[in-house]
Amino acid sequence: MVFAGLSERLQETFRKLRGKGRLTEADVNEALREVRMALLEADVNFKVVKDFIARIKEKAVGQELIESLNPAQHVVKVVHGELVALMGGSNSKINMAPKPPTVIMMVGLNGAGKTTTSAKLANYLRKQGRRPLLVAADVYRPAAVKQLQVLGEQLGIPVFADGTGKEPVSIGLAAAESAVTGGRDVVIIDTAGRQEVNEELMAELEAMKEAIRPHEVLLVVDAMTGQAAVGVAETFNSRLGLDGVILTKLDGDTRGGAALSVRAVTGKPIKFAGLGEKLDALEPFHPDRMAERILGMGDVLTLIEKA
Amino acid sequence: MGFFNRLKESLAKTRQSFVEKIDNLVHRRRAIDEELYEELEELLVQADVGVNTAADLVERVRRTVRERRVEEAGELKNILKEHIMEMLEGDSAPVNFSSVPPTVIMVVGVNGVGKTTTIGKLAYYYKSQGKKVLLGAADTFRAAAIDQLEIWAGRAGVELIKHREGADPAAVAFDSLQAAKARRADLLIIDTAGRLHTKSNLMEELKKVGRVLDRAMPGAPHEVLLVLDATTGQNAINQTRLFGEAVGVTGIALTKLDGSAKGGVVIAIKQSLDIPVKMIGIGEGIDDLRPFNAREFVDALFV
Ligand SMILES: Nc1nc2c(ncn2[C@@H]2O[C@H](COP(=O)(O)OP(=O)(O)OP(=O)(O)O)[C@@H](O)[C@H]2O)c(=O)[nH]1
Ligand SMILES: Nc1nc2c(ncn2[C@@H]2O[C@H](COP(=O)(O)OP(=O)(O)OP(=O)(O)O)[C@@H](O)[C@H]2O)c(=O)[nH]1
Ligand SMILES: [Mg+2]
Ligand SMILES: [Mg+2]
Repeated sequence: MVFAGLSERLQETFRKLRGKGRLTEADVNEALREVRMALLEADVNFKVVKDFIARIKEKAVGQELIESLNPAQHVVKVVHGELVALMGGSNSKINMAPKPPTVIMMVGLNGAGKTTTSAKLANYLRKQGRRPLLVAADVYRPAAVKQLQVLGEQLGIPVFADGTGKEPVSIGLAAAESAVTGGRDVVIIDTAGRQEVNEELMAELEAMKEAIRPHEVLLVVDAMTGQAAVGVAETFNSRLGLDGVILTKLDGDTRGGAALSVRAVTGKPIKFAGLGEKLDALEPFHPDRMAERILGMGDVLTLIEKA
Repeated sequence: MGFFNRLKESLAKTRQSFVEKIDNLVHRRRAIDEELYEELEELLVQADVGVNTAADLVERVRRTVRERRVEEAGELKNILKEHIMEMLEGDSAPVNFSSVPPTVIMVVGVNGVGKTTTIGKLAYYYKSQGKKVLLGAADTFRAAAIDQLEIWAGRAGVELIKHREGADPAAVAFDSLQAAKARRADLLIIDTAGRLHTKSNLMEELKKVGRVLDRAMPGAPHEVLLVLDATTGQNAINQTRLFGEAVGVTGIALTKLDGSAKGGVVIAIKQSLDIPVKMIGIGEGIDDLRPFNAREFVDALFV
């Protein structure tokens, strides 16, 4: 199986390294080749991997690694540390507007989890004492409005919907206005899913951002995304100027390398992680856990201890 | 230069189209060398083919180059395509039809891949071929899933069997099959709730749907269509394996190929699990569904 080989391969690498007092450049290269494989199998973008490995090598060869008492452990520790650093600190704060309402726009590919995550986020913010309003601005997908209404009802959080066939921009504007009169201090706008190569639909989001001037634009990314994550994140970021990312469907067995790719190309923090379909399954993002997951480190960390 | 900037710069460099890249790759050199093979492998990885399968494919190309004593780098592309075609077994596999109607198709997959939408398109596709189609709304879990399928049924002009939200999906499946028999439908397509393949209770629930169908009509479902999102990376292999173990997947519908993702992981899936792609989704519209064609797919991998 795809992932199964990793810990055995790393173990083998460790075994070879352990016998050596000092590491040669060739030893490091060998270990980094294994790390490269691990990252690629975890769906980290190949270009991100390439640059990442080059950077580690630059840092590692000749200095700390070679002098380290236990070089095998050290390789993985350096890699792990770099991964965590690269994924940024945990930053689960939503930028709140000095003058309410704070407007949040949720964007992303089809089926990434925007509607569900909008409801989860509303629930999360309400627990922090906010008064959210959910806005159904997906006028394309069949029953998208109904979906958000059902979720809002489950939570007892109001949902702004406009049944008169308006386009998303005016719905968003009307919703922001209704938040002011209704005393809601956070407005979460659920937009329709789209492919980043769809020019018409991307332009629509730009127009929406321009008209509504949201305080946060959050990209919702499916943690199972493969190599395309880089292009997707880059395009959404360059056209909309993202403020953060929410990673969904981390309750499965994906290694979630997309997290690293997205973070690497946008430089924007991953703020939350979705861990289930239930409306309380949203957590602040933990870069350290994510780094372990990408490398398949559950096993690897125990290996280090044994090494 | 910082990591982000350097990455941006190198990304910009690789942003040319696949064709351009591969053509560059094979034309700007005369000799076939290691670096060339390495770049070929990278192109495959970039299409989500996966490191192992990519390495395997390049190895096959290498062997062919040796055997045929190929010296022109320009021939590599076609050799690679040939090998991918071979892995995919060329001709597209048709959806299994029962000799006695109704044919039952059960549609399964993880959350948000495009099951319900694909069912809407399939219903329209077969209805246009003159078949009487019935839909079963056995996703009773997700908010407004039944409404969503109902809208699709309306668009396709087919009937739908539903219970309330929260009802037992197996009961919906059973009733749908009885209705399909009574109404002499040619085809029954059953929507199921999205679920992650790692959740054993939800997979048990799906098995029960399968069992109930088989009891009501031995041999049903005749096709278990796993929907895979082309944007998904290597996790699609685990999805296919575990759904396969639970309910015997017979074919794949690969969706969202209108995006930038290539869906190359299906090559690895065909190779390791031998499950063919039968349909592809190329948009959100009702006629954005096509039978899978390996030649087209392989060509698109390099576009
Ligand atoms: N297991 C799991 N499922 C999730 C998670 N987040 C969302 N989902 C499911 O993913 C599917 C798609 O979620 P939606 O919220 O409809 O996605 P969307 O991005 O709004 O989809 P479109 O509007 O069609 O683009 C649903 O079945 C959700 O229940 C998560 O963190 N874990
Ligand atoms: N661009 C594009 N979007 C698609 C395609 N197929 C489905 N979608 C979109 O993907 C999103 C999810 O589709 P659904 O049919 O609801 O997915 P699902 O698997 O039924 O989702 P759950 O039932 O929540 O698990 C919707 O926005 C669809 O319009 C496709 O081929 N291309
Ligand atoms: Mg939605
Ligand atoms: Mg569905």
